Amino acid sequence: MTTAGALKLTTPGERELVMTRSFDAPRQLVFDAHTKPDLVRRWLLGPPGWSMPVCEIDLRVGGKYRYVWQHDRDGTKMGMGGVYREIKAPERIVNTEEFDEAWYPGEALGTLVLVEQGGKTTLTYTMRYESRAARDAVIKSNMESGVAASYDRLAELFASTRARGRA
Amino acid sequence: MHATHRLDTIFAALADPTRRAILARLASGEASVTELAEPFAMSQPAISKHLKVLERAGLVSRGRDAQRRPRRLEPKRLREATKWLERYRRLWEGNYQRLDALLEQLKAKEPRPGDRQ
Repeated sequence: MTTAGALKLTTPGERELVMTRSFDAPRQLVFDAHTKPDLVRRWLLGPPGWSMPVCEIDLRVGGKYRYVWQHDRDGTKMGMGGVYREIKAPERIVNTEEFDEAWYPGEALGTLVLVEQGGKTTLTYTMRYESRAARDAVIKSNMESGVAASYDRLAELFASTRARGRA
Repeated sequence: MHATHRLDTIFAALADPTRRAILARLASGEASVTELAEPFAMSQPAISKHLKVLERAGLVSRGRDAQRRPRRLEPKRLREATKWLERYRRLWEGNYQRLDALLEQLKAKEPRPGDRQ
């Protein structure tokens, strides 16, 4: 597969995080994969060993979605959900996003945009957080590559955050 | 205490740039309030306030030296926070690769325009 490194992350505003990724498929299929529970639970699973026992999608404006993941061995659960704000099949979905055990303050607003060209689809997912601090918490998670981040690496991270803040 | 509450306190503490700078300083070794106040254009009471927030979040503790009362970083708390963050990062890394595989299967099922049935 030629997907490694293909996921791009950018930060166009101080409260935003944007993921961009191309898929070798028409956008209707990518849209279906994001909106049909039987398809969503086949890929939106996280690390190996997790399944998605709850995947409820009420695809209409004002409708809710609810995802719960469970670790197959130890039974640990992680849940999130939100409300659909905008739906324009097969190109755009706007929804709120809130984790049960949130590690960033407030909720986020997610905007999924699918653009098809020559049978390929470019997915852009923009998450807009309630504060810059919340966004930064998410970015830091993406900058970290080790499982348990060491003390020193965290220090570097704080130092670079600080340097950027002054630039 | 619930993990959620503790993480909220940690992230609230980390939200402020001065507090992040204090943690960065403490990462290279313990320091007294006076030493911590030096690089900032801030009074000791102002630094003490920030330290209180960090202490409440469990990110900073006080050393044994009764005179200097040095503050030191508590890396365990930071690790707790990053453990949760790491979960999220891993989620997206693997997800899109699985989506690729799923899309291949869906494409194989779907008749393309011009395909003869």
